[in-house]
Amino acid sequence: MPTDLSSNHFELFGLPQAFELDQGKLDARYRELQRQVHPDRFASAGDQARRISMQQAARLNEAYQVLKDPLRRGRYLLELRGMDLDDQQQSLRDTEFLMEQMELREELELVAEASDPLVVLAGFIDRVRASFRALQDELAACLAGSDSGVPDGAVALVLKMQFYRKLEEEAEALEMDLEEQLG
Amino acid sequence: MALLQIAEPGQSTAPHQHRLAAGIDLGTTNSLVATVRSGVADTLPDDAGRHLLPSVVQYRAGAEPRVGREALAGAVRDPLNTIASVKRLMGRGVADVKTLGDQLPYAFVAGDSGMPRLHTVAGDVSPVEVSAEILKALKARAEASLGGDLVGVVITVPAYFDDAQRQATKDAATLAGLNVLRLLNEPTAAAVAYGLDRSAEGVIAVYDLGGGTFDISILRLQQGVFAVLATGGDTALGGDDMDRAVARWIMEQAGIGEDADHAQMRRLMRDACAAKEALTGADLVPLDVELMDGSHWQGELSRAQFDALVAPLLRKTLNTCRRTLRDSGVEIADVSEVVMVGGSTRVPCVRAAVADFFGRAPHVEIDPDRVVAVGAAIQADILAGNKPEDEMLLLDVIPLSLGIETMGGLVEKIIPRNTTIPVARAQEFTTFKDGQSAMALHVVQGERELVSDCRSLARFELRGIPPMVAGAARIRVTYQVDADGMLSVTAREQGSGVQSRIEVKPSYGLTDTEIETMLKASMDHASEDMEARRLREQQVEADRVLEALQAALVKDGEHFLEAAERAAIDAATQALVAARQGTDHRAIKRAIEAVEKASADYVERRMNANIQRMMAGHEVKDFE
Repeated sequence: MPTDLSSNHFELFGLPQAFELDQGKLDARYRELQRQVHPDRFASAGDQARRISMQQAARLNEAYQVLKDPLRRGRYLLELRGMDLDDQQQSLRDTEFLMEQMELREELELVAEASDPLVVLAGFIDRVRASFRALQDELAACLAGSDSGVPDGAVALVLKMQFYRKLEEEAEALEMDLEEQLG
Repeated sequence: MALLQIAEPGQSTAPHQHRLAAGIDLGTTNSLVATVRSGVADTLPDDAGRHLLPSVVQYRAGAEPRVGREALAGAVRDPLNTIASVKRLMGRGVADVKTLGDQLPYAFVAGDSGMPRLHTVAGDVSPVEVSAEILKALKARAEASLGGDLVGVVITVPAYFDDAQRQATKDAATLAGLNVLRLLNEPTAAAVAYGLDRSAEGVIAVYDLGGGTFDISILRLQQGVFAVLATGGDTALGGDDMDRAVARWIMEQAGIGEDADHAQMRRLMRDACAAKEALTGADLVPLDVELMDGSHWQGELSRAQFDALVAPLLRKTLNTCRRTLRDSGVEIADVSEVVMVGGSTRVPCVRAAVADFFGRAPHVEIDPDRVVAVGAAIQADILAGNKPEDEMLLLDVIPLSLGIETMGGLVEKIIPRNTTIPVARAQEFTTFKDGQSAMALHVVQGERELVSDCRSLARFELRGIPPMVAGAARIRVTYQVDADGMLSVTAREQGSGVQSRIEVKPSYGLTDTEIETMLKASMDHASEDMEARRLREQQVEADRVLEALQAALVKDGEHFLEAAERAAIDAATQALVAARQGTDHRAIKRAIEAVEKASADYVERRMNANIQRMMAGHEVKDFE
């Protein structure tokens, strides 16, 4: 991978290294960079230029996907600050939160038995998304306080967001199944 | 040339000649070829002025196969040797084909690589070869009307095509002697055809119901960039299924049993299709069906009855629309345009259902049969380098998740569906036995959790892992999907740096050797000299490389290169110029590789410098 592209994702897009981010600027910047490096620009060039172009475009896509998603962006920012959530066996000790998650899961399992399951499920998904957004705001506030280091509570917030993301995915999968069953 | 374009976007130093390029819509029922002439993209007609080429090939004993309308005429008389809807078989295995069995009258035989072959009077042929015949006919039409050789083509595929189906399409192009600039997703092509006319901004939904496939794509068009947000579909759902539903209804009404022969089934399908088309403009159509004993059954089909027959198919498509909208992260209300593609969208109840679902009237201004080819032609023109100033860019996605088999026949997803391509992901594995020297990987594509419910793409064997204790080896496997949506895999042992050998065994594809053999056979057939053709290809490639490199060196060679590096490049260039004069295509190929190797660092430096310059320029504007 070329050296200047091994810069971090924020640098790649010329954005400040912070959790809060200007989505419009990220999108515009991404489009502009892709316009330069995308393989379509090299369709009639040699194999080598095409190969490099593909690597660079793939790198851009990866960085864009990470920054666009608040959860992946949060994890990535913690990683830049020295906390790799993949490496360490981080676990959540917040019993109250875990109990709440178990209850939500039970609720989800019972959805199919409701008289109008799709309506009940839509309400459930809305609540899950609202909780995710609330955590996202908390994480933004938590990380805004310092430019380096991992502030207290940041890891727990990211892990909680992960719980809600998983729950949302499962609820959406169920919604898809129900829609197919009900035609 | 591309190397120049990145140095000076929007400027071309040398005026170059217009490169002949074409867009090809290789359809299930009909195929088309289109090209841009004097700035206008349009489909090309045959001698008789007909644009659609029926995707039908009739094989004959001791004669060239017939393609198109002539072959279609043979479909009723000679059904076993007349191959229609071959697109449905592309990239499919024998087992898949069996599930389609009752719908297809052909005699299948298993090929060497798990790819089914069809038994005909001219020998056994693979779906790839049948498709190649159609492509050859389109190539000949384009070259005759443009008066020269095509430098490249863009071929469209359903967005929902998986890796094996895309590979099969590319293989067919290779067999037909075509240089594929890009495989383009059909809905994306349609959006391009509409988008350029109106330079709109917003969210576009493309509903594409063809003869045999259904696709829905949600795109965002912004500042000339078409980004596909999500795509979904069904590769075995289309107008043919409507015909089949009607044919089944006629069988019930006319008391035709399951023992109907091939010719009878063909007639039924033809009558059903005609009734469907007639109902576009009428509320009631009379039916007259010839039975096996020569007697006739007469009846009628109302539009209401027809709508009821196809309603289950439409519901299936709308469920897919709903799911795809969700994947794209946009609401129905955000969709600003709906575009209709495919001949089956002429059916009134399809239009009504789509308008009702999206809450807006869909676009039908461009002929739904031709819109995909037109979009492909526009893209081909740009990719061939005829419009260096064009700012349009397409960002497409992978339609199905890629994963690998893990313990217990489960799938671990590596690249989720709707990820923008190109994309690369790496994964690390280790050994579980002392001294283990090989490892098997099974790559699958699909959304389901069980390997058996997904499509098997390839089995890889990593060999030559250096002997180590269990768990000590660190094998990094990189999966890369290119801009055509096609996968490649590389593996390397991290600790020792040993690059493991990979054996790729495409589950349903053709091996390189098979392609080579077919290519040779088809060349012999056309009595064209293989060596001469190779030479011509390498000469063109050599010119391309030399032209690009020279232009770049003139511009900034001094800036980026040390004297020694420049000398190495010049030496390699001279060797290539010398080889170019000769007649040995292998020597030219080697010389091209040498030039590319010598200039590798240089090319990379200027691409990086370009990006840095652009980023720097931006920061001044944005942050100061």
